[in-house]
Amino acid sequence: MITIKDLHASIEGKPILKGLNLTVKAGEIHAIMGPNGAGKSTLASVLAGREEYEITQGDVNFNGVDLLPLSVEERAREGLFLAFQYPVEIPGVSNINFLRTALNEIREHKGEKGISAKDFMSLVREKSALVELDSKLASRSVNEGFSGGEKKRNEIFQMAMLNPILSILDETDSGLDIDALRIVANGVNQLKTDQNATIIITHYQRLLDYIIPDFVHVLYDGKIVKSGGKDLALELEEKGYDWIKNNTPN
Amino acid sequence: MANYTEDDLAKELKDQEYKFGFVSDIDTDTIPIGLNEDIVRLISSKKEEPQWMLDYRLNALAIWSTMNEPSWAHVKYKKPDFQSIAYYSAPKQTKKYESWDDVDPEMKATMTKLGISMEEQQRLTGVAVDFVMDSVSVATSFKEKLGELGIIFCSFSDAVQNHPELVKKYMGSVVPTQDNYYATLNAAVFTDGSFCYIPKGVRCPMELSTYFRINAGGTGQFERTLVIADEGSYVSYLEGCTAPQRDENQLHAAVVELIALENAEIKYSTVQNWYPGDKNGLGGIFNFVTKRGVCEKNAKISWTQVETGSAVTWKYPSCILKGDNSVGEFYSVAVTNNYQQADTGTKMIHLGKNTKSTIISKGISAGKSQNSYRGLVQIHKNAHNARNFSQCDSLLMSSECGAHTFPYIECKNSSAKIEHEATTSKIGEDQLFYCKQRGISEEKAIGLIVNGYCKEVLNQLPMEFAVEAQKLLTISLEGSVG
Repeated sequence: MITIKDLHASIEGKPILKGLNLTVKAGEIHAIMGPNGAGKSTLASVLAGREEYEITQGDVNFNGVDLLPLSVEERAREGLFLAFQYPVEIPGVSNINFLRTALNEIREHKGEKGISAKDFMSLVREKSALVELDSKLASRSVNEGFSGGEKKRNEIFQMAMLNPILSILDETDSGLDIDALRIVANGVNQLKTDQNATIIITHYQRLLDYIIPDFVHVLYDGKIVKSGGKDLALELEEKGYDWIKNNTPN
Repeated sequence: MANYTEDDLAKELKDQEYKFGFVSDIDTDTIPIGLNEDIVRLISSKKEEPQWMLDYRLNALAIWSTMNEPSWAHVKYKKPDFQSIAYYSAPKQTKKYESWDDVDPEMKATMTKLGISMEEQQRLTGVAVDFVMDSVSVATSFKEKLGELGIIFCSFSDAVQNHPELVKKYMGSVVPTQDNYYATLNAAVFTDGSFCYIPKGVRCPMELSTYFRINAGGTGQFERTLVIADEGSYVSYLEGCTAPQRDENQLHAAVVELIALENAEIKYSTVQNWYPGDKNGLGGIFNFVTKRGVCEKNAKISWTQVETGSAVTWKYPSCILKGDNSVGEFYSVAVTNNYQQADTGTKMIHLGKNTKSTIISKGISAGKSQNSYRGLVQIHKNAHNARNFSQCDSLLMSSECGAHTFPYIECKNSSAKIEHEATTSKIGEDQLFYCKQRGISEEKAIGLIVNGYCKEVLNQLPMEFAVEAQKLLTISLEGSVG
């Protein structure tokens, strides 16, 4: 699905990722954990194609395509989805209009016809139920006036609508209460197939109580320093990130 | 708007240059350049006007010659040379059009190109159109059907001939001859425009619309519009405008007067798309327009404007809330790109008790343009319980453009409530990134964001116009984020 090789990236001349390697296969869920400033969100931004970051070395193969030369929207159309840590508000643009535009861009890219209004609306009903999103929110402006929990659920709703092959969830658990966390996790679990994959970026272990990862990686100082199964997350939670810091040669 | 999708928008965007920049090859009858008493007499005689009309013009010319061009607006431009403009240019016609069939085929082709359909039976939605090219009104549709209801919808010249009592009574009653430099100039040299009268208690069943087109070079367009809504009547009026692409600056100085008598309502919508000049600021229309309405008791006037064109815009559609309980509204989107300059806003003059006004202004500046909102809210001493709400938002698309807000408030009654809100924001890189991450191209993303930003105003427009405005906004801002 995605193979990241020796990825180096910097922002304003400051190196953040320093030789990151990661392979994710279809059907897998990977969790990336790490202390603040380790480069977790940078990884998400770089994969999505944010222009502020400069890639200084390495390459990324996404589903047989060289990812790095692609524009942000081309990556999205190829099936890469980023659930934002801070979803952006777009006043005056309805969620529905926004998603229909996005969905049709993706379909057009695949050589498919635009979706009919009727099919689109039944898809909205089906997918909004998945994250228990009030159908009224679907017709409101994108994220405007949404609570923190509603914004995160809206991200998963969009993910369900656009049906990506690789989803990157950037700190999706931050700011969620336990009920919202369960709803979000439930949505992600239901969307899992053997054709798609998920990368969960998180600071805390608790989301992983609800979404069971196949692999857990620890990101520290721009590199993955430790990988393991889901138990690694529990071990980290117990010992704290200092355990990693103290065991990593500089 | 429901039938218009983002895909349609994308198709439109492929042809994103100013698409009305063509010139029609129509023989014109253009008088010599220059401005003096003889020219004014010539215009008046060409129009076979009665003596009172000529006197009105000559008086205006005399006043104008003592006036100076105002310089308080936040715009810079090379002052027009008023002696090098031809003040009258009319498509030549061998005979007066009796029906649509008499209209010159080249003229019909021009209208088709502009997307104006005059063929009544072929229109699904009823919009009656008055088409004004250069100095004259070419054709007006649905005249007879409207006539059955007692509605008069015709060119200004026809009104002078056929309804002199209404013209005499109301012309200059809202915008007096001496009002301002350009309005006075207009009063001297105006050549045509639209006239509309809705009788007592009649709700006009269709949108009335005037389409202004400048075609000939070296000329200006000076038209007058007069809309009178008699007691208890309602009318929705639309105005559209385009001009050919030329290196010279052409002057458009119009006057619009609205009169809403007791319990009447007038909705006046404009989509202004005059040629804005090229990317380097060469050419374009100078749009110096005076628009004002007066509301009697319980009457309402609502101005909605989408301003995307013109090199320089100077325009303040205003309401005089004379009668008690009258309501004035102003909804505006002004877009400037490249070297365009706009100084636009409104005046709400509260005279009566319980008068209410709302101002929603959305400015969008891109390129190296300058976009100013200038508004006056004036509460007079007898205007008890007057209310005003103003909201002025500015959106910046580049780092070289400017957005300015000049709100003036004068309040002489302590029971008044006045609220003013203003915001300035830069189009969010975050918003764009968010859209793009969902697979949406940059152009469509800008279209979505900008149209969302203007939604409150666009919602005020009649459906057909709203779609047109939505397209225009996106086209005007194409490739302008930076």
